Parts: sequence; C-alpha cells; structure tokens
Amino acid sequence: MNRILARKQLNSETIMMDIEAPLIARKARPGQFIIFRVDEEGERVPLTIAGTDTEQGTVRIIFQTVGKSTLRLGSKKVGDTITSFVGPLGKPSELDEYVGKRVAVIGGGLGMAIAYPQAAYLHKIGALVDVISGFRTKDLIILEDDMKAVSENLYIITDDGSSGRQGFVTNVLEEQLKKGECYDLVLAIGPLVMMRAVANLTRSYGIKTIVSMNTIMVDGTGMCGSCRLTVGGKIKFSCVDGPDFDAHEVDFEESIRRSKAYLEQEKFDREQELERQRCRLTGEVRHD
Amino acid sequence: MTDRKPNMSPVKVNIPEQDPDIRKRNYQEVSLGYTVEMAMEEATRCLNCKHRPCVAGCPVNVKIPDFISQIVRGEFENAYQTIVSTNSLPAVCGRVCPQENQCELQCVRAIKGEPVGIGRLERFAADWHFANTKTAPEKPQNNAHKVAIVGSGPAGLACAGDLAHRGYDVTVFESFHVAGGVLMYGIPEFRLPKALVQTEIQQLKDLGVKIECNMVIGKIFSLDELLGEQGFDAVFIASGAGLPAFMNIPGENLNQVYSANEFLTRVNLMKAWRWPEAATPINIGKRVAVIGGGNVAMDSARSSMRLGADKVYIIYRRSEQELPARHEEAEHAKEEGIEFIMLANPVEILGNDQGWVTGIRCIRMELGEPDVSGRRRPIPIAGSEFTINLDTVIVAIGQTPNPLLRETTPDLKCKPWGGVMVCEDTLETSKEGVWAGGDAVTGAATVILAMGAGKKAAGSIDDYIRKKYQTD
Repeated sequence: MNRILARKQLNSETIMMDIEAPLIARKARPGQFIIFRVDEEGERVPLTIAGTDTEQGTVRIIFQTVGKSTLRLGSKKVGDTITSFVGPLGKPSELDEYVGKRVAVIGGGLGMAIAYPQAAYLHKIGALVDVISGFRTKDLIILEDDMKAVSENLYIITDDGSSGRQGFVTNVLEEQLKKGECYDLVLAIGPLVMMRAVANLTRSYGIKTIVSMNTIMVDGTGMCGSCRLTVGGKIKFSCVDGPDFDAHEVDFEESIRRSKAYLEQEKFDREQELERQRCRLTGEVRHD
Repeated sequence: MTDRKPNMSPVKVNIPEQDPDIRKRNYQEVSLGYTVEMAMEEATRCLNCKHRPCVAGCPVNVKIPDFISQIVRGEFENAYQTIVSTNSLPAVCGRVCPQENQCELQCVRAIKGEPVGIGRLERFAADWHFANTKTAPEKPQNNAHKVAIVGSGPAGLACAGDLAHRGYDVTVFESFHVAGGVLMYGIPEFRLPKALVQTEIQQLKDLGVKIECNMVIGKIFSLDELLGEQGFDAVFIASGAGLPAFMNIPGENLNQVYSANEFLTRVNLMKAWRWPEAATPINIGKRVAVIGGGNVAMDSARSSMRLGADKVYIIYRRSEQELPARHEEAEHAKEEGIEFIMLANPVEILGNDQGWVTGIRCIRMELGEPDVSGRRRPIPIAGSEFTINLDTVIVAIGQTPNPLLRETTPDLKCKPWGGVMVCEDTLETSKEGVWAGGDAVTGAATVILAMGAGKKAAGSIDDYIRKKYQTD
C-alpha cells in the first residue's frame, strides 16, 4: 500500500501526484519508471517517474486520465492509498556525457512531464537545453514555468495554434536546424507518431536522437516480453533494455501496431469506468 | 504395522477427475484428490521397504514410507507433519512434482505394475491438514541472524522454510505484487489452485518468515546494500528463469504472438480470464497454436481452451516420445481436445497488413542421430512446408534466468547463457555471503528441483553463519 501525499490537476485530463515510496525515491534516476496497481483487481500500469523528493520520501507521477486504471487513480484523493507501486524500473537515461553540450528536449503532450526530469538533470550538469514542447491546444499546456527554469530557450507550439504558434514540434525543430543550430543530442518523448516524425527529421541531419518507448507491459522486469520492440533489427525489451533507445534504430511502424493490441478492451474499460464514476457522483444505481 | 498384509493390486487406486468435456471450459481443479477411504486403500500398497529407494528419489528426501504408514493407521495429521518436516510445500508438490521420474520411479511396486501413488497420498495428507487443522505452526526461537532471499518461488520458499525452522530471521523479497513466483504466475489454477499456494505461504509466515512484495532486488537494493546497510548475513538468489526465449523467425512481433510467460502471467497472476472484473485483458481468438512440448506448453494450450478457443494445437519439432512434458499433462491435454502436431517446426508467423496473426507456416521434421541431450535431433524435410490458419500463437520454447541481478551485480559470476555460477556442493556463488539455486542456476527445471536447491542452500547458509559467529 502506498499513500498519495499530494495531488494536483494540471489540466482537464492530466493529474500530478506525489506517492509515498521512500525507497524508490532514494534510487530513482531520470528516465526510469514505476508500475502501479490501483486496487486488488487492478492491472499493472507503467508510468515514467516525473520527479522525486528524497526528504519527503515521495515519487512524483504525472498521468493522463485516458484508461480505466488512470481514471481510477485520478479519482483518488490526498490521503488515499493505492495497492502497489514498484520501481525504479528500466535503465536510467545516459546523459552525463552532455556536460556543456547542446541538447534539444522535445515533449509531446504528456511526454513533456516525462521529459522534465531529463531536461532538469541536463540543465543541472551544465548542458545547454532547448525545450520544444507541443500540445493539442493551449488549455493542455503543462509545466511551462518548470521547463522555462531549466532551459535556454522554450518553444511552445499547439496543433490548433491557440498558444500563438500553430503546428507540430517537428516544425520548430526543423526551423532551428535550418537556422544552423547544431544539437549534440535530441531527446524526444511523446506519442509514437511524434517520436517517429522527430526521428525521421534528425536522421537526415545525422543528429543522435533518443526516444523513450512507452510500450504495453505486464511485469516490467523482463519476464513477459509484452513490451518487445525491434531496435536495429533485434528484439529488445523496453522494460529492461530501455525505455530509452536510439530513435534511428527503432521500428516505429511495428511499435505503433503493437500499441493497438488491446484497443477494444481499453475502450470498453474506459466507458465502464466513466459510467461508474458518474453513478458515484449522482448516486444512481448501476445495473450491469 | 508389520503384521498388516500389503494390498497387492498392481494398479493405483483410481483418482477422481473432472470430466474432460466439462473441465476444458472451467478453471476448477482437474484432479479432485483421494477421499479418506481411497487414500487409506492406496497407502496399503506400500511395502514399507527397508532400503527406502523412494526417499533417495525425492529431491527433498520426504520420509515417504513413514508418512504412508501413518495414513494406513489413519494418523493423517501426523502424516502431514512427517512430510512438512522436510518439505515446506506438500500441497504444491503433491500436485505438480513429476513423481514418475523421482520417488515413484524408484518404488519397488513399479517393477511389476504401477508404483504406489506417492504424489496423490502427499496431496491427500496436505489437503486433510488444511481442511481439518486450524492451529498455526509453532514459531521457532529467533536466533537474530538475518537472511535475505531474492524471489518467492519454490526455491526461495523452501530455503525460507528451512532457515525459519532453524531460527533465522528470514525476509523474502518478491518483485511481483503477490508471493509464490511461478506457482502463482505460471502454473494454472486448474492444476494448482492459487488459494492453496497462499495457504502454504501463510504457514511460512506463521513460522516468522517475512515476505516483502513489490521489491525488485538489483533496483531497490543492490546485493551489497542487503549485505551492508540492510544488515543481512547472507543472501540466497532464487530469482528463477523468467526471461522468455523466442524463435527468431519472421512475424514473431505480430500482435497475438505471446510468450508463454506473458500469456500465463496475464491469465494466472492477473486473472485475465475474469476480465473485465479483473482489469488485465487478453485476446485469444478462435484458433490457437502453442509452440513447444513441455509442461508450460501444455499449460498454455489447456488455458487457451478454457479461455474459449475452438481449436488448439501443440506444435513440437520432435516426436511424441520425446515430449518433455509429464505424460499425465499431455494425456490431460489430449482428453481436452488439444491436437498434437508432432515433428513440425515453425518457419514463419503470418500476419495481415494491420499486423495481426493470421497463421503459421511450418516445416515437417524427421529424427536423425541423437544430439548432445541424447534425444534424436530433428531435421527439416525439404519441401514439406504447410500452413495453419490461426488467431493466436503462444511461444513456449523455454526460459533463461532473468538478467536484472547479474546486470546490477558485476562481481556475480554467471555462465554465458545467464545461469548464476555456483559451487555445486554448497551453492555458494562467486560473491561472499551470496548463494544461488533453482532455475536461476540451472535454467528452467521443476518445482521440486528448485525446492531441493533451496534446502541445500539453507544448510550451507546455516553452516556459514554458525562458523562466522562461532555459535557451534
């Protein structure tokens, strides 16, 4: 059992929580993840660690309430507990060689939350960080001040142009590269199609690019192979070999297909959970 | 005891089982176990031989003739206590041990007819105990020495039980959210009820064993931290063989290709068969092929049937004679309508343009000369390819030890294929204060061999700590 010590709604669909887990907080490094289960019947869901506080003994997670488990987690209040919280899993990002180097950290939507610890760490060790941050619309923008504090330049772009600039993160990156900006590393975290687009762009410029692969997982310790993907023609397990991989080696088409393995069940589960939460609010009795 | 006349029936007392047509669609246990009368009758088939070959055939040396004599006399609780004095998990072993290759293989009665049903009697004694005895085992005097065990599968639990009996302060670390290892995630409910596994584990907790779930050793604590700041005198690595092998053929990453580990974990540990009440989903479709011929393959095929598949195949590259699965498991699978395609090897998994499995292409095999394993080597027959239409493929061709610990413990010497290197007599590793046993050392084997290793490690850890503190 792990207690929720803080909860903050970042936008209509994104929630930040600090979970009591002192041993994980002590060990976690940027790029690693945890697996949570909300309740006894819960599935095991991986979430990238968005920060830690070793004094408080907490691990920060930021998640979108999109599926049954995240909706249920999101409905919990400060002081509530969740059934299990295990980590830190996966390999930490390898960032130490970028002291004094130019790094572009690119986050798409919730990916920004996942990218934040990397950006903060790079900034701390003396890398020069540009953050390029993309959202669907202005209301969904998160962590703007945090990102500003750890970057030389922060570029925000929205799909619908509501933040001022309309387009995708790749538009900003391409503009920078065309201007002659020489990045030593590009770190891209977000939806698979976004990471694929970044990879295709940086490949032509020959810039080393790392992506964080958020695959479907069960155990998260290398046991099941549910999270497997093809990297450089070889099978890798995202949970133990990653989650960071060389973007130019990843077979994104395959990973996109594999991410859809349970779409039908996910849709059904989501609707059931939304219905359950509505009934709890209105006091209606549900007949199923 | 000596004046009773042995029951000279050449066959075991029949054990009641669920009808195949009914059981293939439910998760209740297949074998229903002996009644008191059946157990007492079967027990009288034991000749109580002086040289006790069965005991030598048991990896944990259960005092078999003694407990069987107790069953003959109706002393069922004593029979249980006799078993549990050397075996921490009798209800588990009575169900899943390959007795036919161990104790029962050595049984004198097997020379002419069937051996005594030792496994069935062990199960009976354990089930009788859990149904009739409510008192918890007595907690031994704590000797204040701490031992850490990594992994709560059969090796870890056996080691924990033995050390707890000797008074050690034992903590078992489990990475999953439930203790039991392969007994929980691997072996299906219909062969080994999960409530029973938890009852057995509760016995160990009653002895004082602490179990900490959600703790991935190597990540949350290194082995050096366990031996240092955490104050453990010794560590036993019992992390099993959790890394699934794939075939490295085209199409293996299509949707609906599962490793047996993933498939069984979703079904057994995460209870995907109860989706949507349990949150973890599984897809099965109508036509399933399981690749491999071991017990894990049988478990996967029989679970597929229970999830509602119409047609389930087992595809194995050697012949039925070489099947590594227990005979009983293969028979049960056949009774449940699973079709065995022997002497065939997959060459490609076929899929549609959305990336989902549509079938498998296999090649026929013939058996050549024996290979290093002593089994005849399968050789492909040129031009014999054939295709089967499928929705799901489950790859059950073996597992190797999980790399997590060796990756985070550079001074732990391992073999190239991943097994932890140990001194065979003591199970000591290359790292001071660290022992290893079970599948983490041998690669995927059986529950009872892992338990045997756990017991052996407990003995040498006890010796080591006594010597270290001069408490002898």
